[in-house]
Amino acid sequence: MEFLNASLVNWSKAQFALTAMYHWLFVPLTLGLGVIMSIMESLYYKTGNEEWKKATKFWMTLFGVNFAIGVATGIILEFEFGTNWSNYSWFVGDIFGAPLAIEGIMAFFMEATFISIMFFGWNKVSKRFHLMSTWLTVLGATLSALWILVANAWMQYPVGMEFNPATVRNEMVDFWSILLSPVAINKFCHTVLSGWVMGGLFVIGISAWFLLKKREISFAIRSMKVAAIFGVIASLLLAYTGDGSAYQVGKHQPMKLAAMEGLYEGGNGMGLVAFGILNSNKKAYDDSNNPYLFKIEFPNMLSILACRDVNGFVPGVKNIIDGGYQLNDSTKALSFQEKQIRGKAAIESLTSYQQAISKKDTTAAAFHKEQLKENYAQFGYGYLEKAEDLIPNIPTVFYSFHFMVLLGLYFIALFALVLYYTQIQKIENTNWLLWLSLLSIPLGYVAGELGWVVAEVGRQPWAIQDILPVQAAISGISTSSVKITFFLFLFLFTALLIAEIRIILQQIKKGPEVE
Amino acid sequence: MITYSFLQQYWWFIISLLGGILAFLLFVQGGQTLLFSLSKTEDERRLLVNVLGRKWEFTFTTLVTFGGAFFASFPLFYSTSFGGAYWVWMAILFCFIIQAVSYEFQSKPGNLYGANTYRIFLFINGLLGTFLIGVAIATFFTGSDFAINKGNITNQLAPAISTWQNPWHGLEALLNIRNITLGLAVFFLSRSQALLYFINRLNNEALETRSRKQLLYNALPFLVFFLTFVIWTILSEGFAVDKSSGVVFLSPYKYFVNLIEMPIVLLAFLIGVVAVLYGIGRSLLSEKFKAGIWFSGIGTVITVCSLLLITGYNNTSFYPSSSNLQSSLTIYNSSSSEFTLHAMSIASLLIPFVLAYIVYAWRAMEKNKTDIEDINNDHHAY
Ligand code: HDD
Ligand code: HEM
Ligand code: HEM
Repeated sequence: MEFLNASLVNWSKAQFALTAMYHWLFVPLTLGLGVIMSIMESLYYKTGNEEWKKATKFWMTLFGVNFAIGVATGIILEFEFGTNWSNYSWFVGDIFGAPLAIEGIMAFFMEATFISIMFFGWNKVSKRFHLMSTWLTVLGATLSALWILVANAWMQYPVGMEFNPATVRNEMVDFWSILLSPVAINKFCHTVLSGWVMGGLFVIGISAWFLLKKREISFAIRSMKVAAIFGVIASLLLAYTGDGSAYQVGKHQPMKLAAMEGLYEGGNGMGLVAFGILNSNKKAYDDSNNPYLFKIEFPNMLSILACRDVNGFVPGVKNIIDGGYQLNDSTKALSFQEKQIRGKAAIESLTSYQQAISKKDTTAAAFHKEQLKENYAQFGYGYLEKAEDLIPNIPTVFYSFHFMVLLGLYFIALFALVLYYTQIQKIENTNWLLWLSLLSIPLGYVAGELGWVVAEVGRQPWAIQDILPVQAAISGISTSSVKITFFLFLFLFTALLIAEIRIILQQIKKGPEVE
Repeated sequence: MITYSFLQQYWWFIISLLGGILAFLLFVQGGQTLLFSLSKTEDERRLLVNVLGRKWEFTFTTLVTFGGAFFASFPLFYSTSFGGAYWVWMAILFCFIIQAVSYEFQSKPGNLYGANTYRIFLFINGLLGTFLIGVAIATFFTGSDFAINKGNITNQLAPAISTWQNPWHGLEALLNIRNITLGLAVFFLSRSQALLYFINRLNNEALETRSRKQLLYNALPFLVFFLTFVIWTILSEGFAVDKSSGVVFLSPYKYFVNLIEMPIVLLAFLIGVVAVLYGIGRSLLSEKFKAGIWFSGIGTVITVCSLLLITGYNNTSFYPSSSNLQSSLTIYNSSSSEFTLHAMSIASLLIPFVLAYIVYAWRAMEKNKTDIEDINNDHHAY
């Protein structure tokens, strides 16, 4: 019997984070560049202008290289739910597995089929069929994002399920409420748009490089125009859906919101931190140290963001642990201790239920089942030992969030400037803007990764919000096994990433080909 | 009426069918192990890489979907097997990670490690991928070493529901000769099918002649290992389930009995085997016959599907625990809830459409056979 230990949990988390973050290096570009090249091919289809075909093919080659490594990093994530989170796979697999299966049937096959026509079918199928294949490839990629994000949103806000003590797992009772949960819809829109922004940044950045080198001028300006318009729209919508994400977080994961804002003591009419530095002397959530060394605030903005109300009450870390404030449904918030008591009671009821069943005592079983149901909403709290276990790593979440938002605002400005300069036809001589565009490519990646850090680190300690903490989601394997695979992944993915970057750079240097 | 047990059986059928399709599509992996031995010039090698490269995505996607569908329909298997036989599955995954980048990267300038490295990756994927998948599937017949106690979840110190009973975490399956024979059978089958695929797809005389010659050397060992496994299995005890009490016990000739008691599955199995043999045999005998891949391909789908069916149907445990019999998984005790299976069954109605557009797309792309000319003219060739 392998006993649970903290290092197994931490290494499993590290391995999942590593592989997910690698996957996320490639997915956004697939989503964004895919749409841009499809737009270009549509322009080719409409105008018959070979220049558009040349541009489409160039971006498509880069898409292909990026796609391959996206696929390589994706397969491992899917199986990791089984290999490293095997309890999780049983405990919520009844709900969580379905989106993954549907993703395979609906999205991955669509991608795999039409991508081969897209790449190899230029001279084999009609122009129209080819264009359709390109769009269907991108649609497949976007649908795959949809299903996996539905799964992820469900972890953040579990709905449409009921716990069944006889099978010891959560079971789906409402498919549509899972698919159409507001968290899922918001997450899907925000995340796919972040991929579009990434695609826009990539295309204006690379085009800027051509302009700086005075090569392929007409191709580069053409690409830049498309990407700038696309980027302005996507980045504005991204900020809009980002605000929607924060609202959902405030509603369903108040502790995450508190961490995003470094908010210990909440209240009414709270301000949003525009810029701040945390005080590293703040050691305990309830000590008297000021959490900030320094901050600039937009007054009342946080209340508006989280409650859509200038004077809305936003709880801080301490409020959430102490409880006692009014919730939306006008009940009083429970304190951590109260939740913990209920959680422990729920776990005990489950044990007693199982004992009753094995003794074939149906009345006792029914009684414990009822008790369990009453406290099930706090089931996960029974695994936590102390209030501090409830708090995610605040500095990580805080800085990640603020840097992401800052970058989001910056991208809007960047796209707007590029659009303006392409419209007045001065972009090729505006070197500072070209340099800025080129140097902004990595920032797009940074923003996306930070977004996931906010979402995933911010929901700690929960694998499933309030129901299952990460330490109970684990597989019964040894820490050393996970350590070995962690380093194997680190080594392999890094080696492949370096190769990919070099190939992409070579392809860019080669430039678009004339036929 | 659509009952819970009907849905469980339906999903076991889907899983078996996906397993069969996967076994067929592993011809891509088989072909990857022939890249070096079959070709004599760089042009020939490129040609092989490219005809396989048009298909690798399908095998990969089928594997991913097989995993996803298994997770959704029988989550306890997913949880027990992946989390327990950690090393076997991780090894399989590594083989597929290196495959996914190799086609795209191997011919591109700046790929850092050189074309040959990526082709060696393809070789490793072909060799270990097929063999290990065969070994893993064999454990459906031979059993594994795990125990399940769902009550553990309330134990804060050791909450894992499924626990593997030995420290090898799946590698011990490699010590069982019966598992190994199936691994080798899958390996040689996928090589044989790759040769049939080359015969069908290529417009290149030298490669076709060599493929026919190689076919014999791969089909024979395939037959030896496959028959060994099947006969051994038919003669062995199997993991039977008492229908009313759910108690699992060892029952002699169980898999043979399953075939006899489910004559349709037996018939399918025999038709499948004959089709495979016909596809291979006629390709060996007649220089003109190029359609072998269709017979052996469809035959493989049917054979593997029926083999998987006899592990799950007719009161059998599809994922047995040899050390802890009562922990064994059946399609009834490991499945998703009725609601979920129902919802997914509705989603599965999409499958015919998916198959239809795949067939349509293949036909649009493959009106003619492929030769070096085509590859040289193709802007995106690997
Ligand atoms: C180019 C990348 C990018 C940019 C510039 C932004 N985001 Fe973002 N954000 C993401 C990329 C991203 C993401 C990677 O797509 C995340 C991770 C998880 C998710 O749902 O989307 C995310 C998550 C995420 C979350 C957490 C959601 C959750 O925990 O479920 C919030 C609150 C925001 N974002 C808010 C914003 C705001 C207000 C932005 C201001 C413009 C912003 N984001 C810009
Ligand atoms: C591809 C983008 C994603 C990135 C970059 C990402 C990032 C992360 C990070 C940083 C962690 C570690 C948190 C910590 O240790 O504090 C994590 C954990 C985890 N994430 Fe994600 N995540 C992504 C998508 C997803 C999705 C789509 C799902 C589910 C469908 C998911 C499920 C999990 C699970 C199960 C864990 C491990 C348990 C835990 O630590 O909570 N992730 N992820
Ligand atoms: C942690 C959970 C995740 C799992 C289990 C997962 C699984 C996979 C798998 C198995 C593939 C390869 C599919 C193939 O065979 O073609 C893949 C690729 C892909 N995934 Fe993920 N994925 C995860 C997170 C995400 C997220 C968060 C997104 C988008 C929002 C996403 C979008 C995609 C896309 C667009 C592809 C296509 C290939 C590419 O990456 O370029 N995935 N994923």
